[in-house]
Parts: sequence; structure tokens; C-alpha cells
Amino acid sequence: MQLTINGKARDFAVTQLTVAELVLQLSLEGKRLAIERNGEIVPRSQFANTQLAAGDQLEIVGAVGGG
Amino acid sequence: MSDLLNIAGKSYQSRLLVGTGKYQDFKQTRAAIDASGAEIVTVAIRRTNIGQTAGEPSLLDFLPPDQFTYLPNTAGCYSADDAVRTLRLARELLDGHTLVKLEVLGDPNTLYPNMIETIAAAKVLVKDGFDVMVYCSDDPIMAKQLEDIGCCAVMPLASLIGSGMGILNPWNLQIIIANATIPVLVDAGVGTASDAAIAMELGCQGVLMNTAIAAARDPIQMAGAMKKAVEAGREAYLAGRMAKKLYSASPSSPTTGLIS
Repeated sequence: MQLTINGKARDFAVTQLTVAELVLQLSLEGKRLAIERNGEIVPRSQFANTQLAAGDQLEIVGAVGGG
Repeated sequence: MSDLLNIAGKSYQSRLLVGTGKYQDFKQTRAAIDASGAEIVTVAIRRTNIGQTAGEPSLLDFLPPDQFTYLPNTAGCYSADDAVRTLRLARELLDGHTLVKLEVLGDPNTLYPNMIETIAAAKVLVKDGFDVMVYCSDDPIMAKQLEDIGCCAVMPLASLIGSGMGILNPWNLQIIIANATIPVLVDAGVGTASDAAIAMELGCQGVLMNTAIAAARDPIQMAGAMKKAVEAGREAYLAGRMAKKLYSASPSSPTTGLIS
């Protein structure tokens, strides 16, 4: 399945993937982040039961230093 | 002494708000913020680095959410839509946190606010339940409109972001302060301690700065200087300065009892 994550296409050798599984695959577990899927925010509570589909556009963001 | 800064129903001891960008590292960021005494700290929302970052510390590890009030910003946004989208992500990121700093920029050279987009974004955000502190031009009419929309604080620029040019138009700031019933904070342009003191003497409720501290030769010492300047300026404002007397001196020592 191909997903676009933070503007970059990435391939995953699976046919089914939840947002929670994606977070694990990207080694982002435990990090404070927010995820938008095709322009809609996926609440953290919904990570485990949100199935991704091929072609999904994902934004994964965190807090960084800024003024 | 209980002279507190009240923003969106919460009280703060410190009237100095600081950014967390441009420091050498997170350790220096934390040390400078501690020296500044700031309770509200701005953060930016950016794409997470994917890959080779597992175990890498994050800013929030150095600024625990139980010790600071985060003020997520929309720095780098040039449209109302991008700003609203960014702050909705910030709210999710920070577990429903609603206090935000809205800034919609007009061009990359001046980073001057685009007030048309700022006002559009403010309307959406206020309706959506956000407590909006808004970076704006020092135009009294714009500031009043942002207040009428329901923003919880207006934050006119003293001068361009990161310029350190100080307060270029104290007269406009005074008009904005006189007209406002919500806190007015100076955001952007402060270069050194006297700038912060002047902002507070004008009657600002607080000052937000980043580069003035982070780009000082010794950021931690400058953070301490800014803390004192904001406190001094506030006390001078509360104390009420003497009237200026143009072209006429007034001796401080008795004019009688002089030896002859």
C-alpha cells in the first residue's frame, strides 16, 4: 500500500494498516503528535480503529521551538 | 502583591511571554525560559521527522506541560485556511488545549501580518471555541475589530518580527490600549530590555518575545534582564509617571537655606 506521509510517498508491504500500526511502523510510538488524514484530523483515540487506504495523504505533526 | 495577567479566564504572575525558537539546544531553551520567569511559552507546529529520530528528545520533554502554558502559533502560515488547519492540529496535539497564537503573514520579507486573512481566521477560530491571542498590525481599527470578533488578547507588533528595532509607533500602541477592553500585548520587535520596559510603561498587559532573548550574546542573562524590565515597566505604569515639563526645569533640592 502506498501512502503519502508529510509530502513523501512511502510503500508499506501490507494490505491493511491502521493509523496505530502506522505509528508503530514509523517508530513514532509514545511521541506527542497529531495526524491528519486526507485533510481530516484523526483523534488519538481513533488511531487503533482507523483503517488507512492506498493513496491516503497523511500529515504527522509535532510541536517544535518557535516564537 | 497580586497584579496578575488575566487571559481567557486564567491568571498568570508573569507578564513576559517567550518563544522557544532559535536557541542552541533544548537545554539552553529551558534555562533561558527559567531565567525569564515566563509561564506562557509559544511553540510552532511542524511536520514530524520520519525515520532515524526514535529516542530523540523533543522540546516538550524539556518544557513539561504541567509546568508551562503552551501557546501554539501559526508561524509560517500565509492564509486563514492554513492557520485554522494548523491550530486544529495543535489542539489535537495538546489534548484539547484552546489557547493559541494566531498569526497570518503577508510576505516573507517583512513577516508583516495579513490582516484580511487574520480577521477571517479569527472569526472561524473563535466560533470553533479557541481562545485566540492574535498577532496584528498596530492599527487601532484592526485591533478593535479583532476584539469585537471575540479574540482574548490583541498583540500588535512593536516592529518587524526578529528585527529588534524596538517600539516604532508608541502613539498607535497607546490608542490601541486606550480603546481595548481585552489585554494588549506587544508581540515582535523588542530588541533589548528598555524596549520591553517602554511597552509596559505604555500600558501593555504583557510582552511576547523570542529573538531578543535567543539572539543575545548571553540568552540566559538577557532573559533575566527582560524579566526585570517587564516588571519595572509594569510597576512604573501602575505608579503613574510624573508629568513631562517641556523647557522648564524644577529643582529637586530646596531653593531656600542656601549659604551666601
